[in-house]
Amino acid sequence: MTILVIAEHDNKVVAPATLNTVAAAAKIGGDIHVLVAGQAVGAVAEAAAKIAGVTKVLVADNAAYAHQLPENVAPLVAELGKGYSHILAAATSNGKNILPRVAAQLDVDQISEIISVESADTFKRPIYAGNAIATVQSNAAVKVITVRATGFDPVAAEGGSAAVEAVAAAHDAGTSSFVGEELAKSDRPELTAAKIVVSGGRGMQNGDNFKHLYALADKLGAAVGASRAAVDAGFVPNDMQVGQTGKIVAPQLYIAVGISGAIQHLAGMKDSKVIVAINKDEEAPIFQVADYGLVADLFEAIPELEKLV
Amino acid sequence: MKVLVAVKRVVDYNVKVRVKADNSGVDLANVKMSMNPFCEIAVEEAVRLKEKGVATEIVVVSVGPSTAQEQLRTALALGADRAILVESAEDLTSLAVAKLLKAVVDKEQPQLVILGKQAIDSDNNQTGQMLAALSGYGQGTFASKVEVSGDTVAVTREIDGGAQTVSLKLPAIVTTDLRLNEPRYASLPNIMKAKKKPLEVLTPDALGVSTASTNKTVKVEAPAARSAGIKVKSVAELVEKLKNEAKVI
Repeated sequence: MTILVIAEHDNKVVAPATLNTVAAAAKIGGDIHVLVAGQAVGAVAEAAAKIAGVTKVLVADNAAYAHQLPENVAPLVAELGKGYSHILAAATSNGKNILPRVAAQLDVDQISEIISVESADTFKRPIYAGNAIATVQSNAAVKVITVRATGFDPVAAEGGSAAVEAVAAAHDAGTSSFVGEELAKSDRPELTAAKIVVSGGRGMQNGDNFKHLYALADKLGAAVGASRAAVDAGFVPNDMQVGQTGKIVAPQLYIAVGISGAIQHLAGMKDSKVIVAINKDEEAPIFQVADYGLVADLFEAIPELEKLV
Repeated sequence: MKVLVAVKRVVDYNVKVRVKADNSGVDLANVKMSMNPFCEIAVEEAVRLKEKGVATEIVVVSVGPSTAQEQLRTALALGADRAILVESAEDLTSLAVAKLLKAVVDKEQPQLVILGKQAIDSDNNQTGQMLAALSGYGQGTFASKVEVSGDTVAVTREIDGGAQTVSLKLPAIVTTDLRLNEPRYASLPNIMKAKKKPLEVLTPDALGVSTASTNKTVKVEAPAARSAGIKVKSVAELVEKLKNEAKVI
């Protein structure tokens, strides 16, 4: 068995989610190869070669892959993937975009967002916003799988010494082109990788009030998230949304402030180790999953909390 | 141009589902069913394209049981012109649905196909991408903005770090994200009118599509329950617990 892992990267650095995906591959067992597709990705390939447990790094360095457009990358992965038992990618926006296209080209069903490996062909994944866990078995010749990062502890980024091999194949479907992107700038830890996450909801009342959460987050070294209500109201950008349709997080500590705790929000954070809820409505559903609940006005509680931690 | 919109009948998003005692699945008997929220956004976008004069006809399609006609009628009431139901009782995988939709795309030859980014039951997030692969079309997934100009469509996509814009040659596939638009409600007169709009029923056999699957669901379990927490009385007590009991700060 040999497993192909698609590296998550921005042409400069390997994203941490790649380490969780390699960890899932290690649980399946067998040789692990990593594919780095992009443009001018020498540094990414070097970093990928150092990941513990990786035996080979394939590098497809081509202008057609610069923005990892699925129309161009999927044929490459499908072509290379035929020789593998499994193809794995992180369930990031990139992985979700590309991998189903690969699966369809290989004419196999995909298994999305696995949270555990039961055996080489059997996996667990959440369905219905995490309210049920399905065990799925695949008899596909090539098993195509996306991996939920929070389900697997990352492997070490250092210690490996894989061989790096260039892949010549260049696919340019010519059906799509990159126009531009607007990335949110943040000095705080990345939401999905943070040890502590402080999230605000509708109860924050406006975007300006999020400064109280930023101040608390900076003191704790935490990332700041939000509920859909806060995003829809325009308090914060949508890449901060935690939930079924946003990011899935599982930090050591999740502090939900002014968040009622709808099913769709819980889907994104209920695997956090410790959950704290601060809400003035003592009937809010968030208190049913919170380890520590505080019924209080957040505008008094948050500044006080910031002083005491 | 013709726009094809795929919609799915799913358990209503407000329902808290329960796993069946025999672990064969979730209990959907007597549970409220609705159109998948992302599909509502897809229908709304198609209707807006028609209102702008970009789309000339909206065909809405669903793959599912005969009861999915209710969701198709809803889409017709919202502004779709006609509907197609590919009737299938089985619980199909995303690949099987994509193959059925591909057959409908071949038949209808739409310039734009709009789907939701994921169904809130299976949470797969696969069908649109798979349909794009099978058709050989470009894909604009997780769309928060769609602008058709000439023979291309510019799609702004929600990505992990922010937003990205891609340009796709038509015909193309778009999947909707939550912030693409705010779906409208169907008015009573439109609900009445929708009953008279055409609704064609097809079968996978008639489309010549095999729905065989390489995946099998072995069992479905309830997630591990969290143990009940406590309510603290003050911020000071909260900090003390986090430091000394939970040891997370």
